[in-house]
Amino acid sequence: MNFPILSSLILLPLVGSLFILFVKSDSSNNYQSSKYVALFTSFVNFFISIYLWYLFDNTISEFQFIEDKEWLRGFVNYKVGIDGISILFILLTTFITPLSIISINNSISFRLKEFLIAILVMESLMIGVFCSLDLIIFYLFFEGGLIPMFLIIGIWGGTRRVYSAFKFFLFTLLGSVLMLVAIITIYWITGTTDVVQLYELGIDWKYQNLLWLAFFSSFAVKTPMWPVHTWLPDAHVEAPTAGSVFLAAILLKLAGYGFIRFSLGLFPIASDFFTPLIYSLSLIAIVFISLVALMQDDMKKLIAYSSVAHMGFVTLGIFTLTQQGLEGSIIQMISHGLVSAALFLCVGILYDRTHSRLISSYGGIVSIMPKYAVVLMIFTLAAIGLPGTSGFIGEFLILLGAFQKSFIVAAIASLGVIFAAAYMFWLYKRVVFGNLINKELFKIPDLNRSEIFILWSLAIPTLFFGFYPEPLINTIEISIQDLIQMYDLNLSFYAEFNGDNLIK
Amino acid sequence: MIDNLNFIYPEVFISLSIMFLLLLGVFKKNSTSLVYNLSIIFLIFTLALIFNYPQESNINLFNDSYEINFFSSFMKILTISSGIFVLIASSKYLKIFKIFQIEYSILLLSSILGMMVMISSNDLIVFYIGLELQSLSLYVLASFNRDQIKSSESGLKYFILSALSSGLLLYGCSLIYGYTGSTNFIIISENIGFVNYGLTFGIVFILVGLAFKISAVPFHMWAPDVYEGSPTSVTLFFAVVPKIAALTVFIRFLYVPFINMIDQWQIIIIFLSIASMIFGALAAIGQKNLKRLVAYSSIGHMGFALAGLSTGTNEGIQSSIIYISIYIVMNLGLFSCLFMLKRNDKYYENIDDLSGFSKNHPLISLSLLIILFSLAGIPPMAGFFAKFYLFKAIIQEHMYFLAITGLLSTVISAFYYLRIIKIIYFDQEKEKYDSDYNIGLKITLSLSTLLILLYFIYPSRLVEIVSRINII
Repeated sequence: MNFPILSSLILLPLVGSLFILFVKSDSSNNYQSSKYVALFTSFVNFFISIYLWYLFDNTISEFQFIEDKEWLRGFVNYKVGIDGISILFILLTTFITPLSIISINNSISFRLKEFLIAILVMESLMIGVFCSLDLIIFYLFFEGGLIPMFLIIGIWGGTRRVYSAFKFFLFTLLGSVLMLVAIITIYWITGTTDVVQLYELGIDWKYQNLLWLAFFSSFAVKTPMWPVHTWLPDAHVEAPTAGSVFLAAILLKLAGYGFIRFSLGLFPIASDFFTPLIYSLSLIAIVFISLVALMQDDMKKLIAYSSVAHMGFVTLGIFTLTQQGLEGSIIQMISHGLVSAALFLCVGILYDRTHSRLISSYGGIVSIMPKYAVVLMIFTLAAIGLPGTSGFIGEFLILLGAFQKSFIVAAIASLGVIFAAAYMFWLYKRVVFGNLINKELFKIPDLNRSEIFILWSLAIPTLFFGFYPEPLINTIEISIQDLIQMYDLNLSFYAEFNGDNLIK
Repeated sequence: MIDNLNFIYPEVFISLSIMFLLLLGVFKKNSTSLVYNLSIIFLIFTLALIFNYPQESNINLFNDSYEINFFSSFMKILTISSGIFVLIASSKYLKIFKIFQIEYSILLLSSILGMMVMISSNDLIVFYIGLELQSLSLYVLASFNRDQIKSSESGLKYFILSALSSGLLLYGCSLIYGYTGSTNFIIISENIGFVNYGLTFGIVFILVGLAFKISAVPFHMWAPDVYEGSPTSVTLFFAVVPKIAALTVFIRFLYVPFINMIDQWQIIIIFLSIASMIFGALAAIGQKNLKRLVAYSSIGHMGFALAGLSTGTNEGIQSSIIYISIYIVMNLGLFSCLFMLKRNDKYYENIDDLSGFSKNHPLISLSLLIILFSLAGIPPMAGFFAKFYLFKAIIQEHMYFLAITGLLSTVISAFYYLRIIKIIYFDQEKEKYDSDYNIGLKITLSLSTLLILLYFIYPSRLVEIVSRINII
């Protein structure tokens, strides 16, 4: 038995949070020490996951580092394992967590201990989602993530935090209970909830459409897709910066991952059947939500809406079912994880200094915060998808995939790129350039050292993968090839079968 | 006949100890504490006696009117152990409320005796005797704090409505006797030749009576008032212990004599279940009093337990039993928290009194958080697994409508649990509560919290035990 590296990735943050729980919280000194414990655990976790990437063999498409233990006797096993798709998300999670912990400077003024516990528990649940290879285990982690996020928004959020927290929780819960019904149904149809076995067995065609819809209801809320996206702007606006970072960078990726792993993998026929639905919802998200983003006067809300639009690209890319489209979607998700996290941090930095998120209260920041202006420029360009940033690779590959399937879809989606440029540049222009009218802005300091550290550690991978996406593509390539092969095989079987029926 | 007594030692022991405690209480001055503690010890002893049974065998006593098997032993163990925890957790409350009297624990013991008879009954008459013994003790317990109008009112209300339902139940029994010629479950099942309406009417009347006992909609009207009016310790008892016995009788009544008439009663159970789930979830939203809220939430939870019964399979029954076991643990924890809301010898029971509770009492709030999320059925708490087994059994029978309604009602009910969490964690704090908890309360709370939180690490044990219960 090899060392259970995935389980230790999942468990380590929990152990760290237990430590924090038992640190006495009576003085500010101890506040610092609990923060160090959290930082230490999350950094250790990050290095373990880097080591995992190093050990990872990207020449085979099978799941690796599999751990399989009996859990619910006779019907659910605790099974975790990773392939090329999941490892990147694990890396993203372990990378974002320490950064979001560093970013808590002054923004969390009370109950820091509980906040750190919530973030660490969240991290462990998210890693669990990305490496679980059993539907029940997946559901457990997937739903469990609601609890810490609910508390993060509700306790440390802004003025409308209660409304937002409830909306977030109930929307997501409503979506996922249907998925639970579907999972149990799958168990009764096939006799297993083990994903690897299900890939081999396949699920009966006549059930696929309904099951797909049940999974879709959960993933669509989590993605979020139009028209169930409305919880996202609320949740983002009210969440504290570190919470927003976590939400945008990691939580939104759950659904994209779920689509690839479960919707495509388990229900290929239904995925094919519903592709037009996904295309239209994605296009609405890309075009309509971009226009909505254009009209926002709250910076955080604008970025939240831009997230919805970007996730529209992701779902579009996934359901093109081409090598380029899928690779593009995954890279887009990783890139969006880095960029949106950074953008929320940038807004948070301004908010900490002036306590305003309104675009109109800024202007001319460049002359007082030049370092900030540079960093924000990089991320604005990355969000637009300028060549040389990771955003470009993602969007370009997605559009490439889309053009292979349908010219019109791709053409409309390309509009989204233009809109993105419009709202991001307009935002940048109104905040950074222009005349310095607001007197309060004169006093605010430029980035301090920890902020520079966080933002540049997000900017460097953004730029690096923009110029050299090979490491990412190499990791995912074989897994995606395998997925598409399996998908096409399933479809051709189905076509053959139905063809026979027609002849008879 | 005398041989039969060998097998009902636990029941005999409890009856003897009730008489002994009564004598002790009457003849010895200031013996309340002694009686109270002795009754806990006697209950533990009874538990040991039940464990002593040959668990696999199926023993029929007194001309088949009393049955002892693994199922009945398991349910008795559940009943008695939750009774023990109720006693352990509520002693301080009783003292402060000045209702710490010898009768309290004796009445509790006698109602537990009634429940044990109910659980083992294999005959309508024996079942009715057990039910009445249980109910009569509960009427007195509900109005135990007789100086308070609300408590007396709740006792009276419970008495009148319960007597009415007992009447209906008896009428049902007589109809069944009339159409089958026996009150014995086994003979009834043999004598059912063809379906006739008289028999169906009998079943319906008995189901109404039983639905009243577990407060399923539309026979739930008494529950909120009685829960609110009774002393909290009695409410805890109401919320937990009688449900176990009533559910057992439900299972035995439907599955032993009338399993062949499943197409007649299944739709009734489904209706009761859906109505309870939805009504419980909707009505709890507007509540301000925690005890009332618990009443509605327990109505909803009973709806879930009934959903398992409606499947007509062993898996369904097992899932209901798992559900009720986890439900007991959660409610014990929840009420322990209620017992802790005390400031200057006054107990608080409004939801708003919990405002900002987490600031001053972080650990209790954490337990409460875990319990509430578990009640809402969010993984990885035990409450999720309870629902999970249930829906697994329901979906096995392709009852998708019931499953989806049930899950949607969990979303609705999540709302009011979240509201309590919101008040505890998001709102402004109030004055600190007293923190002189006694050891029993602490044990109950921490044990139930740990069980709920850590259930996911090793979930198969409970399933293994329960899967030995095979009725059909």
